[in-house]
Amino acid sequence: MNGARIRQQIAFGVLGAITLLIVVPIILVILYIVINGAGAITWEFLTQAPRGGMKAGGIFPAIVGTILLVVGTMLFSLPLGVLSAIYLVEYARDDLFTRMIKLSVVNLSGIPSIVYGLFGFTLFVLLLHFGTSILAGSLTLAIMSLPVIITASKEALESVPFTYREISLSLGATKWQTVRYCVLPYAIPGILTGTVLSLSRAAGETAPILFTVAAFYLPRLPHSAFDQVMALPYHLYVIATQVPNIPISISFATALVLIALVFLMNLVSIILRAHYRKKRLW
Amino acid sequence: MVNETVIKTVNLDCFFGTQHVLKNINLEVLPHEILGIIGPANSGKTTFLRALNRLNYLHRTYSQTGEIFLDGREIHQLTDNLLRKKIGIIFALPQVLPVSIFDNVAYGPKVHGITNRQAVSQLVEEALKRAYLWEEVKDRLPEPAVRLSGGQQQRLCIARTLAVEPEVILYDEHCSGLDPISTAKVEDAMQQLKAHYAQILVTNNTKQASRVSDRCAFFLMGELVEIGPTHDLFTNPRDKRTDDYITGRFG
Amino acid sequence: MPENSHESVASHTVPHGPEADRPTFWTRTRRRIGEPVVEACIRLSGLAVVAFVFLIFLFLLKDSLSLFREYPLGQFLFGTQWLPISDPPQFGVVPLLLGSLYVTAWAILICVPLGVGSAMFISEVAPKHLKNVLKSLIEILASIPSVVLGFLGIIWLAPVLRNTFGLSTGMCGLTGSLLLAFMALPTIISISEDALTGVPRTYREAAYGLGATRWQTLWRIVLPSASSGILAAVMLGIGRVVGETMVVLMVTGNAPVMPRSILQPLRTLTATIAGEMGETVGGSEHYFALFAVGLVLFAITFAINFVADLFLRRARK
Repeated sequence: MNGARIRQQIAFGVLGAITLLIVVPIILVILYIVINGAGAITWEFLTQAPRGGMKAGGIFPAIVGTILLVVGTMLFSLPLGVLSAIYLVEYARDDLFTRMIKLSVVNLSGIPSIVYGLFGFTLFVLLLHFGTSILAGSLTLAIMSLPVIITASKEALESVPFTYREISLSLGATKWQTVRYCVLPYAIPGILTGTVLSLSRAAGETAPILFTVAAFYLPRLPHSAFDQVMALPYHLYVIATQVPNIPISISFATALVLIALVFLMNLVSIILRAHYRKKRLW
Repeated sequence: MVNETVIKTVNLDCFFGTQHVLKNINLEVLPHEILGIIGPANSGKTTFLRALNRLNYLHRTYSQTGEIFLDGREIHQLTDNLLRKKIGIIFALPQVLPVSIFDNVAYGPKVHGITNRQAVSQLVEEALKRAYLWEEVKDRLPEPAVRLSGGQQQRLCIARTLAVEPEVILYDEHCSGLDPISTAKVEDAMQQLKAHYAQILVTNNTKQASRVSDRCAFFLMGELVEIGPTHDLFTNPRDKRTDDYITGRFG
Repeated sequence: MPENSHESVASHTVPHGPEADRPTFWTRTRRRIGEPVVEACIRLSGLAVVAFVFLIFLFLLKDSLSLFREYPLGQFLFGTQWLPISDPPQFGVVPLLLGSLYVTAWAILICVPLGVGSAMFISEVAPKHLKNVLKSLIEILASIPSVVLGFLGIIWLAPVLRNTFGLSTGMCGLTGSLLLAFMALPTIISISEDALTGVPRTYREAAYGLGATRWQTLWRIVLPSASSGILAAVMLGIGRVVGETMVVLMVTGNAPVMPRSILQPLRTLTATIAGEMGETVGGSEHYFALFAVGLVLFAITFAINFVADLFLRRARK
């Protein structure tokens, strides 16, 4: 018995060490970026366009570009994702079509982001003549975000007690009324949480926007959805690999702004979740 | 008497998958009566209730044969919405929606297209009065319904059903989760509702059936063994199985 | 009591008269027109999801076929040289495939033991408070954009590895593998943890009842029971690593040669597309070749996710 105890102590110690080996680098990575980047973050950096071959000035167009892309992505992916999830949870029968949708969701989630980039380029940029534009980029990112939104929405809808549907139907409500009034309102927190989370991923993605929207250097704001924009992740890629002699602090500061934006969105999703969990009555 | 049935089932057979849950049920429900349905667990009582308003079809494997008439019309001529509006159901456990007391009752009228606020409030008030809940909740209508006690919640469910103006009310062991005092209040409400509705009460509690119902039916393993005036059924059952059940030999 | 026909029952008993049965004009309109439209949209959305997968496949296939009309399929699949701008160009996918394989294999070798180990720690050992902290940290890791990790790889990890192993350049397969392992951890940890937590309590109680320690129970009972879920985690981790683009593009040195060692610059399938797409002319052989590479990627990840889903389904049972 004593031997078993000791073995347990050793094993748990090893597992703890492994966990530390993972957790410490995470903290270090964040600290490293914050420490090196914070110094270069000034009001000018956040609100000015880049100057002097990106060696000076700020990253304002890239920030705006990323925000526009996120909003555009949400406009397309949220309705499509939620409706698909409603179909799967509330309407779908156990038939071939349903199985195909489920399989498609699984496979969409596994398709590499660069393949989305290729697809968006051929369909939106070339075939539909959107050009390299916010529209093409948003649509590409939207399709990429779909599986996460669908999965989150599906879970949220499934977690609404079945009895609500039964009550509503037993009172003579139609299927859609039931979904609209007795299911969807209670699933919205979960849906929003998942959506914000998937949008935060979209905000940090580079590969899908490489050929669909991102501008290498475009120090002005877009005029319409058919304009190119700079985007934070692509900008970081550009200044880290494509342009020589960029002051390292600018790269760090760009990285810091990018992760700050992504974390901010995650924070919003966490707050949403906590807020609704407190308010929920079932 | 012939045409005075509210509900009539003819050769009703119900299946879940291959399981034959109800066998050849022929039964009539008269206006203004409370029909009790008793029987041990798994005898098909609940399936019978839910066949009447087609809630069984929420299960994908469900199928049925035979006919069900509501006011002399086969119910398949009605849409689900209209049928369920006419035949309301109260579930076993009080199931309120996580919204206010008012909105719980107002939900039915709302989905049936009554948008006029005054009309809705009037319906809500009337329904709550008929369910004997109005006095207890009239000052707290905007409060979440989940704050009500179990008995109040169950009467709220009755009010919610009444607000869509049904013709028949089904009760599916609706007092099984309630204490005796709450049960008494709910039973009071049922007696008052006799003036307006036909009611069917499924219960495991034979005492409740003998207390509340006018006529009573005994179901056993998917069969309708016996139906008759409650007093007769309890004092002088025609079938030995009924006798065994009410004297507590099984179930 | 009503004495006439059955129709009268309604009017006698329903307080608001028979018109209550008749839905109002708006209700009827909404039910007859509005709802079918909404429900059609719902069905269409479901269809759209399937359509996207089909379209992605179709577009990749179409452009790949354009390549194979001029460049033999066999030479693409088995060629060992990727020289898109030499004359004549060579589009052998093998070096890229091997590049992806090397990087993925190493990344998985590194991150599976770490990931499963820490999943075990989080689900079985850590007290509740610590568990929440650890899970949030893993979520933070999951949300770091890959381009940020690529950037750190360039300025920090690559020089460190170069000095440690005495390499001519730190931009090599191992740098990519390490970063990819790091990135795949959240996937592996969270799915493994779900699998471990999902093992029925009764299994554990039975083992404790026989006098097993928590570790013995975890190692001999819980871990084997969760194996399907853990395999799914590994598969999804592989899918994530194979498909990752920016990190490998930035740190693996981008040499499209047959890799012989992980310490050497190499080039993956994803990085090839990302790196060369901007330089190709639309409609050229090279352009189509990149779509063929995309098709190979699509096929690989499709297979991996399909298998992962099978494991996940089995785990749920």
